Amino acid sequence: MNTSTVLRANNINKHFYTPEPFHVLKDVNLTVGKGEFTTVMGKSGCGKSTLLYILSTMDTQYNGELYIHDQLVTGKTANELAYIRNKHIGFVFQFHYLLSDFSVLENVMLPAQKLAQRSPTAIKAAALEKLAMLDIDTLAYKKAANLSGGEKQRVAIARALINDPAIIMGDEPTGNLDSHNASNVFDIFKRLSVENGLSLLIVTHDKDFATKTDRIIQMKDGRIVSN
Amino acid sequence: MNWTMILKIAKTHLLTKKRQTIIAALGVTFGIGSYITLVSFMTGLNGMLDDMILNQTPHIHLYNEIRPSVLQPLDYLEDSGLTAIRSVRPKQRQKRIHNALALLKHLSTDQDVKAALPKVEAQVFYISGPIELGGVVHGIDVIQEVNHYNFKDYIVNGTYQDLAQTPNSILLGAGIAQKMSLDVGDRIRLSTIDGNVFSLKIIGLFQSGIADLDAVQSYTNIKTAQRLLGETNMYITAIDIKLHDMHKATSIAQSLEQQFGLRAVDINTANAQFETGTTIRNLITYAVSFTLLLVAGFGIYNILNMLIYEKMNDIAILKATGFSSSDVHHIFVSQAIIIGLIGGILGLALGLGLSMAIDQTPFDTSALPTVTTYPINHKLSYYLIGLGFALFATFLAGLLPARKAGKMDPVHIIRGQ
Repeated sequence: MNTSTVLRANNINKHFYTPEPFHVLKDVNLTVGKGEFTTVMGKSGCGKSTLLYILSTMDTQYNGELYIHDQLVTGKTANELAYIRNKHIGFVFQFHYLLSDFSVLENVMLPAQKLAQRSPTAIKAAALEKLAMLDIDTLAYKKAANLSGGEKQRVAIARALINDPAIIMGDEPTGNLDSHNASNVFDIFKRLSVENGLSLLIVTHDKDFATKTDRIIQMKDGRIVSN
Repeated sequence: MNWTMILKIAKTHLLTKKRQTIIAALGVTFGIGSYITLVSFMTGLNGMLDDMILNQTPHIHLYNEIRPSVLQPLDYLEDSGLTAIRSVRPKQRQKRIHNALALLKHLSTDQDVKAALPKVEAQVFYISGPIELGGVVHGIDVIQEVNHYNFKDYIVNGTYQDLAQTPNSILLGAGIAQKMSLDVGDRIRLSTIDGNVFSLKIIGLFQSGIADLDAVQSYTNIKTAQRLLGETNMYITAIDIKLHDMHKATSIAQSLEQQFGLRAVDINTANAQFETGTTIRNLITYAVSFTLLLVAGFGIYNILNMLIYEKMNDIAILKATGFSSSDVHHIFVSQAIIIGLIGGILGLALGLGLSMAIDQTPFDTSALPTVTTYPINHKLSYYLIGLGFALFATFLAGLLPARKAGKMDPVHIIRGQ
C-alpha cells in the first residue's frame, strides 16, 4: 500500500517461562505502512496482546528484530525505549485510561512535557487543539476521574496524539465501551488515518470494528495466519 | 530531567491523599519535634550541671599537703632493697605555699594557664552571742573569682562588689547564717585557732546548695583572711589554676607536683564520675531521638508503599507514554522528601515551641539560687541537624518503595487487569 514503513518486525519469537514454558509467538513477521489502519484479531491467548506489547517496545524479552522508521530498536536501553515510546508511539488501552487525580488537560499535556521539545504554552495550545479535534475541549479543566468511559477514552486518544506520533497502538480500545462510544472511537481513528495519514495498529475482538479497517491480521496459536 | 513536571506529579499524588500525607508528615513532625525538645533540654541540663561542677572547681588545685616524706633517710642508703619502716609520722610543716607570689607570677606567664588565683584558707570559730561554730574562711580575690568562675551565682542577698569594696566584710555561709539567726548587715565575730578575735560585717550570704559546705564555709577578701591569721601578703595556702584546655589538667598537674613539690589535684581525678554522667545523658538523648525518627521513617515507608500500589495504574500509564524508570523513581522519592521537608519544618516549630515552654517553666533548686526556670540550650545546629535528619530519614524511607515503583513492569500491570 504505502512505500514507507512505520513499523517492521522480523522473526519475533517469544517464550513464557512461568508458570510453564510456553512458546507464545512463533516467527512473527509484520510491517505497518504509513497511514495504514491495521487491526489484529484472534482468539484469547493467541498472543496478539503479547505481540502488541513487544511492538510497542514495552516488552523487551523476545527474540527477533523490531524496526521503527527503519531504525532497529531491539537491544536499546530502557531509557532510549522510553524516549521512542514518548516520541513515536501513542497508546490507547482498554482499562488504563488516565491519571485520575489530574485534570483532562494535564493528562493530555504530560507526554509532551516529558518530551520537553516545546514551550509550556505551545504544549498547552497543542493539547487544547487535540481536545477540540475530538470535540472534548469543554472538558479540559475537569478532573479525569469525573469523566464517563467514552469521554475518558477520547481523552486517552488525545493524549496519544499529543506528540504527533508515527503510530497509534491500541489494546482493545473499544472493548470496554458501548456500541455508540465504540463506533465513535472508530470514527476518530478512521479520520486520523485518512486525514492525518496516521498509522494505527489495533488489537481487537470486535469484528464489526475490524471489518471496517484497511487490513486485518488474523492470529492463531502464536502465528499470523492471514495478513 | 524535567523536575517541574516530576514535582507536579508528586505534589498531585500527595494532595489527593491528603490524610495519608498528613499522617506521614506528622510522624516526622513528632520525631523531629521531640528530638529538638529533648536535645535542647538535655544539653541545657548538662550545661547547667557542667557549670555547677566545672565552674565551681578549679582545673588544678595546688596546695601544701601534710604527708610523710616518700623517701625516708634509710632509703638513701645503697643496697636498702628490703627495708620496711613502720610508724612513719609526717613532720609538721607550714601550710602556706613557699614563695607563693613568685609561683603565681610564674604560672600566669604559662601559656596553658588561663588564670591562677591565690587562696588563703583559715580555720575559725564563728561567734555570735553565746554560740560558737567551727568553720573555714576562704580568703579569695573576689573580682578574679567572679571573672573566672561562676562565684557570683551563689551569692544570695548581696553583691560581690560589696565584698571587694568593704573592708573587714564577710560573705557568710547560708547555713551558718541560719543557725545563728544572722542576716546581711549584721556583724559576726571570728576567732582564729590562735585566739585572735575579729569582728566582720556580713555583706551577703553564700549558698552553694551543698548543705554541709554552707554550714561551715564563708568567704572574705584575701587581705582580710591574711590579717585574720596575722600573716603578711606572702601567706597563700592554695592556688587554683584554670587552664585554657581542661583536658591537659592531668598532665600539667603531674608536672607541677614534681616541679614544686606541692600537691596538685586535677579536675579529672576529682570528678571522674562527672564526665561519665554527661556522656550517658547524651547517649540517651540521641538514642531516644533516633528511635523516634526511625518510627517516623517506618511510617513513611509504609504509606509510600501503599501509595505505590494505589498508583500502579498511574505508573503503568506514565511508563507506557514514555516516562523512564528513573522518572517514576524520582516522582516517589520526591514525595518522600516533600513529606520529610514539611514534617521536618513543622517539627522544628514544634520543638522550638516546646523548648520555649520548658524554658518558661519554673524550676526551684537550692543548688542554684540564680536558676529560676528549667535550662534550655537553644542552638541553631540542633535545628539544622534535625532538618537534615528528617530529610535523610524520609529519603531513605522513600528509596525502597520508589525503586519498586521504578522497576514495575507496565506490561505486567496492564495485562494483570
